[in-house]
Formats: sequence, C-alpha cells, structure tokens
Amino acid sequence: MDVLYSIFIGPFVDMFSTPDFLLQVLWEGFVGGTLYALIALGFVLIFKASGVFNFAQGIMVVFGALTLVGLHEAGVPAYLALVLSVGVMALLAIGVERLILRHMVNQPDIILFMATIGLSYFLIGLGQLIFGGETKSMITEQLGLPTGTTTIDVAGGIVILQHIDIAAAVIAIIMVAALAVFFNKTRIGRALRAVADDHQAALSVGISLNQIWAIVWFAAGIVALATGIMWGARSDVSFALQIVALKALPVLILGGFTSIPGAIVGGLIVGFGEKLFEVYWGGLIGGGVEGWFAYVIALIFLLFRPQGLFGDKIIERV
Amino acid sequence: MSFDEGYTTPDGRTIGGVLMEMRNITLKFGGVTAIKNISFDIRQGEIRAIIGPNGAGKTSMLNVINGFYHPQEGEIIFRGETRRRMRPYEAASQGIARTFQNVALFQGMSTLDNIMAGRTLKMHKNFFWQMLRYGPALEEEIEHRKVVEKIIDFLEIQSIRKKPVGSLPYGLQKRVELGRALAAEPSLLLLDEPMAGMNVEEKEDMSRFILDVNDEFGTTIALIEHDMGVVMDLADRVVALDYGKKIADGTPDEVQSNQDVIDAYLGVAH
Repeated sequence: MDVLYSIFIGPFVDMFSTPDFLLQVLWEGFVGGTLYALIALGFVLIFKASGVFNFAQGIMVVFGALTLVGLHEAGVPAYLALVLSVGVMALLAIGVERLILRHMVNQPDIILFMATIGLSYFLIGLGQLIFGGETKSMITEQLGLPTGTTTIDVAGGIVILQHIDIAAAVIAIIMVAALAVFFNKTRIGRALRAVADDHQAALSVGISLNQIWAIVWFAAGIVALATGIMWGARSDVSFALQIVALKALPVLILGGFTSIPGAIVGGLIVGFGEKLFEVYWGGLIGGGVEGWFAYVIALIFLLFRPQGLFGDKIIERV
Repeated sequence: MSFDEGYTTPDGRTIGGVLMEMRNITLKFGGVTAIKNISFDIRQGEIRAIIGPNGAGKTSMLNVINGFYHPQEGEIIFRGETRRRMRPYEAASQGIARTFQNVALFQGMSTLDNIMAGRTLKMHKNFFWQMLRYGPALEEEIEHRKVVEKIIDFLEIQSIRKKPVGSLPYGLQKRVELGRALAAEPSLLLLDEPMAGMNVEEKEDMSRFILDVNDEFGTTIALIEHDMGVVMDLADRVVALDYGKKIADGTPDEVQSNQDVIDAYLGVAH
C-alpha cells in the first residue's frame, strides 16, 4: 500500500499542499520546454524541406554559440559578433548546399542522413580547431540579455523567475511565431512547403531546390544560434550541449517530424513532463529521471501513435 | 522541315511559326531506348497532341521538353535558339509550365496556396522583405493574389479556394493543377493526360478549359491523351509514337486514318 500511495496519491498531495513550489516546477518545465521546442524546430525545418533528419543540428547549436563567444574573445564587440555569427551560419548553409546536398539529389534518405553525421563530426573538429575544446561562458551581459531574478508572491509562497529564462521564453515564442508567418504567408514559405510536398512538381513551377535548401539550412542555422545563446546562457557553451540537443529526437517523435506546432507542443510536453516527474516521482527510483524520461514517452508514442501528435498520417496503399 | 509562317485551322484560328522544334531526339535509360530519333515541332498558338499506346515514350518526351530528362542525342530549338542542357526550374523560367499524369499537387496546401506557388517565378521581392512580410513583399503578395483569384474564377473553383487539395476529388485536383500551371502565364503549356480517370462530364469541362486557355490567352499547348475522341476534338496537329519511334505526324484526320497508328492501337501480328 505504501508503494501505491507514493505513486498515485502522495505526489498529488505534495503538489497541492505547496502550490507555490508546484508553480516553480511548472515554470522551469515551461522554460526547458520552449528551448526543446526551439531545437526541435531546427530539425523540423530541414526535415520538411528535404526529408533529411539532420544529425548535425545539435552541433550547429554548439558551433553557433562558439562562433559568437569566440569572436567576442577575439576582441569583436558583442553585437558585431552576433551579426558576424549570423553571417557564418549563412555561409555554413550555402556550403552545405553546394558541397553536400547538391551532389546527393535523388539519393536514398539514409545516405543523406549519413552525410549529416559526417557533417556533424566535421563541425566538431572545425570548432575545436578554431575555438579550442574548453568550456566557455556565454557573453550574456554584453549581448544585453537580462540577468538576475524576480521573486513574485503567489499562491501563499514565492516563485523565483530567472530573467534569462523569461528572455529565453520570449525569444523562443517570437521566433516560432515569425517562422509560422514566414512559412504560411510568403512566397518563399510557400516554396518551402511545396518542396516538402513534391520535388518534381516544385521544380515544374520554377522553384529552385538548391536555393530553397540553402534558405532552409540558413533558417535552421539561425534557430540553432538562438538556441545556443539561450542554452549557453543557462549553463555553459561546450560540446556537451549537443547531447542536450539530441533531446529534440523524442520531442519530434511526440510532435511529428513535419509539424511546427508539433515541435512546440512536443517540446512543452517533454519540458513539463520531465520536471514534474523528476521532482514528484523521481525520488521513488533514486532520481536522475530527467535524462531518460523524454525517451520513455517517445517509446510509448511509437507504440500507439507513430506519426506523432501532428505528423502526417502514415497511410500505405497496397 | 519548312519554316513557313504557319497555317490556318479549319475553325479559322491562325497558327504562327515554330515555337519549339525537336531535332533527332534520342533518350536512353541504360540499355533501354525510350525515344528513338524523333523530330517534330510545336507551333505558336496551336494545340499539339502526342498520342501512342502505353510505353510509347510520350511522357518521356514531355519530360525532355521540360528538362526533367536530358536526351543523349539531338537538340531542342526553343524560340529559334538551341537550348542548352537545363534544369526544370530553368525551363519553367523560360515559360514552360506543365501538369503531371498522376496529379502532383502540394497535397498539404490549399487550392489558393497551390496556385500561388505557381506564381513563384513572377514574384521577385527578396528574401529579407519576405522574412518581414512587410512593405514591398506584402504589396507584391496582394497583387499576385488578384491574378490568382482571376484564374480561380476562370476555372470555376471558387468554392474550394481554401480547401486542402489532398481532400478534393480527382477531377477537381486535375483542375487545380491546371490552375497552378496557368499561374505562371506560360507560353508553352504541357499537359500529361489531362483527362485521365475522368468521367464524361469532367472530360467535357476540361476540354472546354483547354480550348479557352488556348483561345483567350493564346497559349501554345502540347498534350498527351489516350482518349482519341478528345484528341480529335481538341488538337490541331497530332504526332503519334509507338515503341519510342514516331509513326505519324499530321492533322487528326490524317493520323486517324494512318495504317501504322491503327496497327499500334489495335495490335497486329508482327
């Protein structure tokens, strides 16, 4: 009975006896969730337009952040370094299209996937060569991002909000909204969706696949840079960040690989879910739940709804 | 090949000079020869049909014209100039639009967005304005939206403007696909079996649209079709293929009475 109580009743009693603490947990879940959503968005952009799961997305997050910090360390003013980093991401996108994707048209997806694994190791090597392998800290203040905390009185207690977390959530929401408008309401956005739906038909109406791929990789690069800045500001900028980026995988399985709203909802589910589970149930099995909880949710989804919450329905014609 | 200044059709339309000429086109896939040494021309303002039994090389020919396939031999002369090897989107930018045998629409997008996508080449405002969706990019969007609404009116598909095309019946999908091709305001429109899988009523509608497009916009049309009745009604001239070779070329009446064509369609003991 004790076990059943501590699984099914105890946690809820805890939640409602200290609602301020619950709010704190939810807030942290929310912030984590928006960042997961942002990483997943980078994957979705590329998957939609080229059908490739871009294994290098995680390292692009690290590479973007490292470029920014590295340039600043070399004496470049923070804002100029930010602009230059955007430029580097653009060059990377054009390079990927010219040197890799262009030669892989009509190859099976798995070949493209392998190419992105190759790309990720190349970027790790290049990053270490240029910026060194040691951990750096994000130039949060120089970029004008807020630091410090706000304490608010709520529900008979207090909730502490890190300013950087608020900024991260706001930036994530703005980026997602901007991408949604861009995708749905502009010519290039339409072209992106067209390429995602049917390569041949897209070519026949005069859409250049090469141009679209470069744009998509650039957009994914910008998303990666933003994620790198935000995540870097919460912890550090190091190559270990790419492991965190792989958390996007369960997020994508939840949300569906082709859906932008899916990436957001999936990110939030993982963010809320792992924090709540860690805090209220983690103790039962000795903690450390955050590391694997997302993957377990993903496994359950694979069993019952393999296309994810919002993904394209999988229909096989026989 | 004569370069006379066109001819007049029985129904009184004037057909201009040569718009596109295929010279000795040969296309091979490995050991298989899909097209063997075929030459024919398409004239300004005409409706040109390509007919032939299954596997005759009709769709391959269309794919050569719009740049999906590159022939090993022969040359294509478009508007008096020999065309270099080009990609499909370059062909599109020269005014060649097409539809596909198995409808190739952007399934997840609405009718409106599909046809807007057809105007890709007409829209030029750069990436950064597009990102902002403000100022010039927004004006451009509105201006092109007006053109697209006209096409929607023309094809009588107002009622499905906002519907995702994946959910539409086949006949309507074909019509949307025609709309997407028209949105590019092509000078040469390629239609790959525009009536395939349609009932009589839908076929009549589609025939009417094809004739109207040709008549109102002066668009040159090259179409592949199986239904001989339709071909006879629509086409000004017909080229017949069989096993990758040209077996007849002329007016519908000439081609219909050609013994090789009859044999190809009905089958003879070889």
